[in-house]
Amino acid sequence: MDNIAGSKSSLTWAVHISVVALVLLWLFPTLGLFVSSFRTADQISSSGWWKSMFPQEQNLTLRSADPDDEGAQVLRDGVYVVEGNLFVQAGADVGASEAEISVWGTSSREISTYVPGDTAVLKDGETMTVQVNGDYVWTGEAQMSGRGQRAFVTAVTPPEFTLDNYRNVLFDENNREGMAKAFFNTLTVTIPATIIPILIAAFAAYALAWMDFPGRALLVAFVVALLVVPLQLALIPLLKLHNDIGIGKGYLGVWLAHTGFGLPLAIYLLRNYMVGLPRDIIENARVDGATDFQIFTKIILPLSFPALASFAIFQFLWTWNDLLVSLVFLIDSTGETTVMTKQIVELLGTRGGNWEILATSAFVSISVPLIVFFTMQRYLVRGLLAGSVK
Amino acid sequence: MQPALLGLFTIIVGVGGCIGYFYFSNLFLDKVLFPAKGVNAGRNINRANMIRPWLFLAPALLALSLYLAYPVFATLWYSVTDRDQGNAFVGLANYRQMFDDPKFWEALRNNMLWLIIVPAASTAFGLLAAQLTDRIKWGSIAKSLIFMPMAISFVGAAVIFKLIYDTRPVDSNQIGVLNAVWLQFNGGAGSALLLRIMPALLLGAFGALVGFAGLTMARRLISPGHVHPTAPMKVLIAFGVLVSAVLVFLVLRGILGIATFSFPYGVPQTWLTIPLWNSIFLMVVLVWIQTGFAMVILSAALRGIPEETIEAAIVDGANPFQVFFKIKMPQIAGTIVVVWTTITIVVLKVFDIVFAMTNGQWETQVLANYMYDKLFRANDWGVGSAGAMVIMLLVTPILVWNVYNARKEMR
Repeated sequence: MDNIAGSKSSLTWAVHISVVALVLLWLFPTLGLFVSSFRTADQISSSGWWKSMFPQEQNLTLRSADPDDEGAQVLRDGVYVVEGNLFVQAGADVGASEAEISVWGTSSREISTYVPGDTAVLKDGETMTVQVNGDYVWTGEAQMSGRGQRAFVTAVTPPEFTLDNYRNVLFDENNREGMAKAFFNTLTVTIPATIIPILIAAFAAYALAWMDFPGRALLVAFVVALLVVPLQLALIPLLKLHNDIGIGKGYLGVWLAHTGFGLPLAIYLLRNYMVGLPRDIIENARVDGATDFQIFTKIILPLSFPALASFAIFQFLWTWNDLLVSLVFLIDSTGETTVMTKQIVELLGTRGGNWEILATSAFVSISVPLIVFFTMQRYLVRGLLAGSVK
Repeated sequence: MQPALLGLFTIIVGVGGCIGYFYFSNLFLDKVLFPAKGVNAGRNINRANMIRPWLFLAPALLALSLYLAYPVFATLWYSVTDRDQGNAFVGLANYRQMFDDPKFWEALRNNMLWLIIVPAASTAFGLLAAQLTDRIKWGSIAKSLIFMPMAISFVGAAVIFKLIYDTRPVDSNQIGVLNAVWLQFNGGAGSALLLRIMPALLLGAFGALVGFAGLTMARRLISPGHVHPTAPMKVLIAFGVLVSAVLVFLVLRGILGIATFSFPYGVPQTWLTIPLWNSIFLMVVLVWIQTGFAMVILSAALRGIPEETIEAAIVDGANPFQVFFKIKMPQIAGTIVVVWTTITIVVLKVFDIVFAMTNGQWETQVLANYMYDKLFRANDWGVGSAGAMVIMLLVTPILVWNVYNARKEMR
């Protein structure tokens, strides 16, 4: 199209740059969560995630080994010496030993008095030398005691990421978040709530598409009308109904509710698709003596696979991501049947500051739909195009 | 793993039950009730074929009626009864109580804002993305990345954006992007350009567009030319003129506000506690999610435009902007309406985002969260149901419109 009538659009570059900007803008929020889920709590709260990709300059307060510790202090050539590495001494992650000190000092008011390699003269004739990599030598004429000597360093630390958050959230048996349990609960809600409506809807859609009976047009209108009925209206009457017939709050209730709420879209999508199937095939089968049931199972169902897949993806995403239906129909006061979205809302409320747990939990919950999305995007798009009321 | 077993069991029972029902009910119909043999074979076949559609439809109809149609009427009934008085009929008392609640009006006002801003912004961004990615080679990758938030739950998106809006004390490093960007502004020339001149220009452009549309409509009303609009059409046009006049007034006031507002430079803001702005920050989340949807649908519509119309326009010397606004836009107007209404419905039901991010505090309440509050926190079914009926009322025009179109298509 760009080359129509021999003219190349001068806007091409502007278009490319705008699209890059738009994509980055749309990707940026998710990327922030993703990167944060690989950082420790300290890292998240001390600097923005966008800085984590680059080496960072940090001001740290470190300490040498305590001279009273066994074997820390040695007498060498008449002076007492404590040696070691400040970063290792800080118990810091081994990776941090790659940090490079640019300036350092021995008092909190003067943190940039010395450059690496300098020797600082302390009280009582003690001296201290710190190298770029954090190695230090602390000497004294008399035997030293008390706690280790403090050093205030300005260091450039390399980017550092960890998988600990995921280990905590998913595999730690006794963590309070219970994300692993919520993950399985969510799966338990999702799979039946995805499969059952498909089957019920497929039969109904076939009847609405290919069987002739009075009132068919009215029923299609009925389904279209129900497409937009807000499910908020259904909460109280259905909860009451569930309580009255003894289902109460639980998996059965939430499966039924999701089935009911998913049906209008399912029927609408599948009917629109089935109407478009070639009439010849169906009529030939009828002439050959096939019953409607056989036509449905042997011809329609296999041919409708793309539409079935579209709806399955919709329903899966919708039930996986749902909060309201689970809150109302599933989660009782014991909290045994909690789902991931509910857990994340709890975390947001009670522990809004614990970003490492929050980001990781949220990302675990997001990752499954994202995988489904990227592997089956084709069907999702097709379903969207068929499903928006024309 | 007990619930998982229960889930597996349910799948087997549910799927098996469905297949069994359909199979055996058909078998029963054909073999027992109206067997296609004997003296009445012909009549029996006809009868069986009259009943069969209803066999196929029965489970779906039952579920639809019970789970969607019945609750509409039940909710209507709850909204005019009082549970504390043994479900006695109380007329409009619940509605009156709700109308006296300032929180309800706050929710309604916010919902109106959501209804204007989110569909408009999502559709505009979606159209922009669809048009820009239409002709470039890596367009499909770009589209799938912009489309991606569709798969993310509202709750997940709430967490994502809470991180963006995060606030730290003034002397520590900001970990929220918005505050980090905000602290870059210092009140100098750059700040004036980005925070005063640019928004004022954008608003001005929007106001000019609305004003132009209003003037065009007004002219049609005063001197209709050779097409005389019907009476209801006249009312509609007059309403449009009125709306555009109000919008232009609001835009002018907004520009004045931007020019005179003193920005708190250098102070990190707690974005979600600033009334009105916090609602807009919540809307951003939904716009971020829905833009992908709008883009996918509009992109398909753009592809569906006959090439000849565009070629003809280019041959006639139209520039790319003219091609877009005068050739493409009119041809996809119907799709834009569809996208707009679909997003409108999503907006009316929006619950999770507000629930997770502010829970209606700091004047961010919306109707769906208001009614959830009333139903499950205050345990007031009457007012809660009345709130639900207000949502239903707002959806009804779209419902009627959709049904009308579907019927037209069937014929």
